[in-house]
Amino acid sequence: MYFRKLGAAATLAALLAGAAYAKTDIVVGMQLEPPHLDPTSAAAGAIDSVLYSNVFEGLTRFMSDGSVVPGLAESWEISEDGTVYTFKLREGVTFHDGTTMDAEDVKFSLDRARAEDSQNAQKALFADIDTVEAVDPATVRVTLKQPNGSFLFNMAWGDAVIVAPESIDGIKQQPIGTGAFKFSNWVQGDRIEIVKNPDYWGEPAKLDKATFKFISDPTAAFAAVMAEDVHAFAGFPAPENLPQFEADPRFQVLVGSTEGETILSTNNKMPPFDNVKVREALAHAIDRQAIIDGAMFGYGTPIGTHFAPHNPDYVDLTGLSAYDPDLSKKLLAEAGFPDGFTTTLKLPPPSYARRGGEIIAAQLRAVGIQTEITNLEWPQWLEEVFRGKDYGLTIVSHTEPADINIYARPDYYFQYDNPAFQQLMVDLNNTTDPAGRSAILKQAQEMIARDYVNGYLFQLAALSVANAKIKGLWANAPTQATDLTGVYWED
Amino acid sequence: MLRFIGKRLVSLVVTLWVASLVIFLSLEVVPGDPAAFMLGLNAQEDTLAALRDELGLNKGAVERYVDWVGGMLVGDFGTSYTYRTPVAQMVLDRVQVSLPLALYALTLSTLIAFPAGIWAAARRGKPADIAVMGVTQLGVAIPNFWFAMLMVLVFAINLRWFNAGGFAGWDAGFFAAMKSLTLPAIALALPQASILARVMRSSLLDTLNEDFVRTARAKGLTRGQALWRHALRNAMIPVLTIIGLQFAFLMAGAIIIENVFFLPGLGRLVFQAISARDLIVVESVVMLLVFAVVLVNFLVDLAYAAVDPRLRGRR
Repeated sequence: MYFRKLGAAATLAALLAGAAYAKTDIVVGMQLEPPHLDPTSAAAGAIDSVLYSNVFEGLTRFMSDGSVVPGLAESWEISEDGTVYTFKLREGVTFHDGTTMDAEDVKFSLDRARAEDSQNAQKALFADIDTVEAVDPATVRVTLKQPNGSFLFNMAWGDAVIVAPESIDGIKQQPIGTGAFKFSNWVQGDRIEIVKNPDYWGEPAKLDKATFKFISDPTAAFAAVMAEDVHAFAGFPAPENLPQFEADPRFQVLVGSTEGETILSTNNKMPPFDNVKVREALAHAIDRQAIIDGAMFGYGTPIGTHFAPHNPDYVDLTGLSAYDPDLSKKLLAEAGFPDGFTTTLKLPPPSYARRGGEIIAAQLRAVGIQTEITNLEWPQWLEEVFRGKDYGLTIVSHTEPADINIYARPDYYFQYDNPAFQQLMVDLNNTTDPAGRSAILKQAQEMIARDYVNGYLFQLAALSVANAKIKGLWANAPTQATDLTGVYWED
Repeated sequence: MLRFIGKRLVSLVVTLWVASLVIFLSLEVVPGDPAAFMLGLNAQEDTLAALRDELGLNKGAVERYVDWVGGMLVGDFGTSYTYRTPVAQMVLDRVQVSLPLALYALTLSTLIAFPAGIWAAARRGKPADIAVMGVTQLGVAIPNFWFAMLMVLVFAINLRWFNAGGFAGWDAGFFAAMKSLTLPAIALALPQASILARVMRSSLLDTLNEDFVRTARAKGLTRGQALWRHALRNAMIPVLTIIGLQFAFLMAGAIIIENVFFLPGLGRLVFQAISARDLIVVESVVMLLVFAVVLVNFLVDLAYAAVDPRLRGRR
C-alpha cells in the first residue's frame, strides 16, 4: 500500500512536471547497432543513423527532402570550367572538444578520405579531387581533376563529414564532431546516448538528451513501442504491425521515401541472361504490386528504373515492364526457351528479399522459369554474389543516394557493359547546369530500363513509429540519418 | 583426492586445447570476408586491402592461430574487427548481464524444482504428484520465447509493471537491474525448473527403492525421515549433473531470450559477431564459454566427489 501511494505521488509529480515543461529527452529505437562510431571508415548505415547531422556535419548536408544545402560551408564559388570549388566556411564553429573548426580541418578530412591507405567505404566520392588547399582559416579551395557535377552532393554524404585531426585516434569510440549534439555514452549491445551541445554554431537542439536503443528483433521492437519503452522507432522492422499503431491515438506512423531501389539483380553476363529478350521476359513476368503487398504489406512505390520516384528527375518507366505473363512466355519462346529454364535465386537476409524472393519465384514459375532459392547471410552474399558474381538472380535494395552511375561499371556485380551508358555518365560529370544534368539523367534511366538490366521492383519505404506528441522527426530517409536537431515534444 | 583433482585438471587442459583447434578451424572455412562486410558495396580494392592489412587478415592461418592462442595465454583475447575494442572488455561488459541472468534463472529454477520434485516423490501416485508431473510436462513443452512474449504482453504492455526489455544497468541500482532481469529469468527458469523437478523426482524415487532406504525404514524411520536423511543426498548426483549442464546452457544459450528482451548479453554478442564475420570475437567468446563449461563440469565433478566419497577412489 505504501508503495502504491508512493507510485501515485510520483505519477502526480510527473504529471505536474509535464504540465510545466515539455519533455526534453527522447529514446529512439533502432534495429541495427553501429559497429563503431566513425562514419568515415565503414559502410554500416547504422553509424550515420545515429551520428549524421546530430554529431557530425560536412561541408554540405542533405535535408529531409533530399536537397543539398550549405553545412559547415556557408557558401561556395565554382570556377567557369567547373574544376575549382572555393568554399567559404562558417565562422565560430568549434568541435565538441572545444577546438576551432577551420580550413585545416577540412583539408585534413578530405585528404584523409582520399589517401592511399584510406579506409573510407565511399572513396570514389573523393576520386576526382586533385588538391585541397587551406587558403586562410575560413576559406578552402578544392581543385578537381575534371569537372564533377555531383561534387557538392558527394560532400553531403556521411562519409564526407569534417573530423578533427586530434580526435582521429579515438573517433571509433569517442566521436568528436561539430553538430548540435555531443556524443555522451555508449553501452555496447544496448544504447548510445547523445546530449545537447550548448556551443552549437547554428539553431540549437530543442532536446537535452537523446538515447538510441538497439532492438533487433521485430517482435521485441513492437513490444518496446507498445510499452512506451521507446518514444520513437526509426526504420520499424515489422510493417505488418503498422496498422495497429495507426489505429492507436498514442502513436503516429510516418511513411516516407528512401533512396533504396529494390531490384531483382540479374547477372547480365551469365547465359541466358546475356540475351536481352530473356531479361525482358523476366521483367514482364513480375507483378510488382503483388510483391509490395506480399513482402512489404503494401508499403513501397513501384519503380521501372534505377531511380528514386521522389527525385524531380524521375521518369515513370514502369509501363515498359508491365506485368504480362503471356508476353513474357512469348518472349521466352522467341529467345529459344519455350519451356523456360532453371536458374539460381540467392537471397540476402532482409525481409524484402526473403519474402519477396518466394513471391518472385512463384511468379517466374508461372512463365516456366524455375528458380533454386538459396538464403545467404550478408558476408556470404558479398563474397559469392557481389564479388564472386556466382549467381543468376538476387534481390537487393541499393540504398546509396543517386547511384545510377553504378551501371557505368562493367565489373559491377550485375555486369552491365554498355559503352553508350558509360559515355552518358562521363557527360553527366562534365555538365554542371541543372537542365543539362536533368536531361542526361532522364536519358540514363530510360537506357537501363529499355535494356532490362535488372528487374526493377519498388522503392523501399521509410517506416517509423513515434509517440503522437513528438514533432520534427524526418519521415523520409534521403540518407541513413535520424536527424534529431529539430525534434521536440509538443506540450 | 589430490590425485583425482590432478587427473581432472589434465583432462581440462587437453579439452581446452582441442576446443581451440576445432573453433579456429571451423571458423577458417566459413565463407565471408570481415573487411568486405564492413566496407559494403562501394568499397574499392585498395581500401579493402588497407583494412585487411590493419586487421591482420593477410597473415597465414598458422600465424593467426599462434597469435590468438598465445595472446589468450597471457590474457589478451584480441581486438574486435568491427567494434575495434578489446574482446576481453566486450566480454566483461556482457558477462555483467549474462552471468547474473544465468544465476538468477538457475536460482529460480532450483527454488521451484527442489520442493516440487521432493514433494512429488514423497507423494508418489497421489494428486500432488500427478499435478507436478502435469505442470512440468507443460513447462518442458512450452517454448520459452513464446512464454517470454506472453509475459511481455501481460506484464509490460498491459499491466506496465515491467519494461518490455532492455537492461537498466548496474549503475541504476541493484533492484532496478534485477527488476529488468526478472522476466527474462522467469522465462529461462520455467523449462529448466520443469526438467529439474522431473529429474529430482525420478532420482529420489530410484533411491527410495534402494536397500539402504529399506534398512532405514526397518530401523523404524518414517518414510519422510528416510527420504530426508538418507535418500535425498544420494539422489543428488543426477540433479547436480543437470544443474551443471543447465548453467552452461543459460550462459551461452540464452540468445533467443536475450533477443526477445533486447538484453546486451553474451549470446547476442556472439550472434552479432557471427553475422558480421567478426571472427576474433566469435573465437574468443566461444573459447571462453568452452572454458566456463569445462570449469563448471570440473566443479561438478568435485561436487560429486564431495557428496559421494566412493567416486574419489574410483577414478
